[in-house]
Amino acid sequence: MVLTTPFHPRLSALNTTGLYGHWAGYLSALRYDLSAKHEYFGIRNSVGVFDTSPLFKYWIRGRDAERFLAGVMTRDVRACRPGRAQYTLWCDDAGYVLEDGVLFRHSETEFLLTCAQPNLGYFSDLIGRLEVRIEDVTADYGMLAVQGPRSRDVLARLTPEVEGLPFFGLTQAKIADRPVTVSRTGYTGDLGFEILVPADDALAVLDAVLDAGTPYGLRPFGEDALLMARIEAGLLLINVEFSSSRFAWTDRQRVTPTELGLGWMLRGLEDDGRPFIGRTAIRREQAQRSSRWSTVGLVLDWQDWDRRHTEAGLIPPKDETPLTAESMLYDHGESGARIGYATSLMYSPVLQRHIAIARVRPDRAAVGTTVFLELTIDHEYRTVAAEVAKLPLFNPERKTA
Amino acid sequence: MTSTYDAIVIGGGHNGLVNGAYLAKAGLKTLILERRPFVGGAAITEELVPGFQFTTFSYALSLLRPDIIQELELVKHGFLPLLMPSSFAPMENGDHLLLGSDRDQNIKEITRHSAHDADAMDRYEHDVERVCQLVKPLFDRVPPNLFGTSPEDLADLHWLGSLLGSADRKVLHDTVRLLTGSAADFLDDYFESEILKGYLAASGIIGTKVGPMSPGSGLVLLFHKLGEHDGHFGSWAFHKGGNGGFTQVLARAAQAYGAEIRLDADVDTVITKEGRAIGVALADGTELTAPTVVSALDPRRTFTELVEPRELPADLVENINRMKFQGTSAKVNFALDGAPRYPGLGDRTDQYRGFVNIGPSMEYLERAFDDAKYGWYSKRPYLDCAIQSFVDPDMAPPGKHVMSCFVQYAPYHLKGSDWDTERQGFGDTVQATLESFFPGFGDLVLHREVVTPLDIERVVGLTEGNIFAGEFFAPQMYFFRPAPGWSQYRTPIEGYYQCGSGTHPGGCVMGAPGKLAAGQIIRDRRD
Repeated sequence: MVLTTPFHPRLSALNTTGLYGHWAGYLSALRYDLSAKHEYFGIRNSVGVFDTSPLFKYWIRGRDAERFLAGVMTRDVRACRPGRAQYTLWCDDAGYVLEDGVLFRHSETEFLLTCAQPNLGYFSDLIGRLEVRIEDVTADYGMLAVQGPRSRDVLARLTPEVEGLPFFGLTQAKIADRPVTVSRTGYTGDLGFEILVPADDALAVLDAVLDAGTPYGLRPFGEDALLMARIEAGLLLINVEFSSSRFAWTDRQRVTPTELGLGWMLRGLEDDGRPFIGRTAIRREQAQRSSRWSTVGLVLDWQDWDRRHTEAGLIPPKDETPLTAESMLYDHGESGARIGYATSLMYSPVLQRHIAIARVRPDRAAVGTTVFLELTIDHEYRTVAAEVAKLPLFNPERKTA
Repeated sequence: MTSTYDAIVIGGGHNGLVNGAYLAKAGLKTLILERRPFVGGAAITEELVPGFQFTTFSYALSLLRPDIIQELELVKHGFLPLLMPSSFAPMENGDHLLLGSDRDQNIKEITRHSAHDADAMDRYEHDVERVCQLVKPLFDRVPPNLFGTSPEDLADLHWLGSLLGSADRKVLHDTVRLLTGSAADFLDDYFESEILKGYLAASGIIGTKVGPMSPGSGLVLLFHKLGEHDGHFGSWAFHKGGNGGFTQVLARAAQAYGAEIRLDADVDTVITKEGRAIGVALADGTELTAPTVVSALDPRRTFTELVEPRELPADLVENINRMKFQGTSAKVNFALDGAPRYPGLGDRTDQYRGFVNIGPSMEYLERAFDDAKYGWYSKRPYLDCAIQSFVDPDMAPPGKHVMSCFVQYAPYHLKGSDWDTERQGFGDTVQATLESFFPGFGDLVLHREVVTPLDIERVVGLTEGNIFAGEFFAPQMYFFRPAPGWSQYRTPIEGYYQCGSGTHPGGCVMGAPGKLAAGQIIRDRRD
């Protein structure tokens, strides 16, 4: 039986489409309304809520929790103070990425990790003699993302703590008199917050948020809108931009943090002396500059896009629905050499351009480099010019301000 | 302050701004002059009541040329078109038609009204889209000079000939049927449902003194269908902050390319010397010089007010003087205390995310036109409403709403009265019409703004309040817009150009006249 989240009784009543996907064993709304793009504009122009409860949630607690995580996680958790959250990765000992997740540091000795896949067994096996307890609390909490330019106005009506909350900060608060953790995090690349609430209190908190948001045009959004926003925000998705090294068949299916565009997580690695899983391989990759790929943004040439379709007798499509199938990249038109592939491709309504997240050879990764993206137009392979751009492609000031 | 420029653009409406931006981008030292204290022309947003943003005149976006968005880098300056995901058409019997972005749901909704029309809608859409695809290139190119004999003119005509020559037989025939016929005739070929026909025919009358059964309404229908939003023909968007928000984006883009914008600068005349323009004189006596002067005003003002008509060819003056303006549209805008209630949908409000079309049948529209034919405003007017705060909550204080209502018909010339006398009576008529569909509407009204055709003329400067700066009427389109022989943005006065909506392709917030005129100016400077 597919499970439902603690918010489901209320949110399902708002889902006018009856469309759900299965996410980590839970029903997850694809869209609440017939137009996913309308929900998307809730994120980009006003405010929306997304039920992110199906994420796996682990309490990692104990005297040695920080030491444990410093040895497991690729990014240095010691830089994450209590009251802050950190986007992080974990790698295997060959320096390939296993998964990503967000660590919320509630205190010196308490961390909550959210991630897309189950990891309890793997992490538990790594504890050894440290004083650390890991507990799967996935079903014990609801997690509600409140995202968009008006998210702070809406939440400020419920809890004053959000006013000064910095990007990736977290705080304990009360909403509708129920204890919650509010963090300035999300998967949209916009101003936004996530509320972690004990399952029994979830509906009371959701009702308060919906009430506070009604005058601001707040509406729930589903996975379709989320997956549009995340591409513009340059946020990676497991099994789309990368897959876990554990389940890869070949090294070509694996990526390193640097290849994934997350080299910034490794800053200061040369002198921190911190042992962690994958360190030796990652240091070797850095020293030998042996990264095979760079992860970049692409902005497609609009004239070339229009021309290619018009020549074929078609109306140039501008479809915001992301294509997750890989599109090959070439250095020159159809006859050029393969230099990479796009992992996600969509038409961005806020940028008014087709954009992509792509993996290219490092010598083709400089911003402004022209590459050619392969499409199937009217049953023929065709290429459209694109320019390499820095991720995230959409990065409004309000996100971090 | 400098007083010498490469180019001076008269009028800071959207076409003046687009034109100035392209000229500045091409390296010309450009000055845009605006008579009012803010730019935007008919595309402005005003906070008439604290917290309520009114789109006094123009109120949505569709025809804006996509290449302008890219070429002027508008996204960098805040361009943000918000999707209007649905259209709502209330009916007099309390039922409704609600169409959205999901085809299958639309089929079900249409089937409620007519099973026959469910597949007709797909055929209609596809046929019209094929016509749009055929004629769209005309929007993005200077019209050929029918009367020219230069190699360029012949090449242009050849281009047009090949375009039409390559067209599919049916598509070309549909094009002619739309360009010459009535919206009613065209729609009757597909549909039987009155609500659907009323809803679709409405785009055939916008801004024009025709009823849906008049020949000519097909052209207006096609023109509006040529608009697009994110690649979807006939789709409309609401710009963040209204169309005033959009013209502010244009102003920032123009300034970023180096154009100077001077407000409160009322141009009195274009100064000419030996048949060429050398600058402009402002009403306050200031003289500014430039070898290129561009009028973004309508053809009447461009040819008979800014310059001496006595110095122009007689046939041009004659054509401009008899050009049809006869504005026939008005606006009534409201600040509302809450959402209107449509009894047939209970407490639902999701139907308000797009246009609300009050024109439940072709007959309703045609009868509304009947009143106008005989010199009066419609007793039951057609209304194209948008409660814009549902699309962009920032348009009104939390929980409150602004509602823009485009009203037809409201003929500029009233028989035996005038608009200053009739203003409130007209406003009451519109409000009573809304009340009949949304009982209790009047109790929600916090503020009402009535914009008559006379107001459009006085405030914006559009002759007879015609929103397109010259009616959409076949003899006033394409290579006849605004007059035969003068459709290529030039004028008989060397260095004096026209770039307003009175030139090809025409009105609506499209920007094409401004862009195409800039291209012509830049090419002429090179020669």
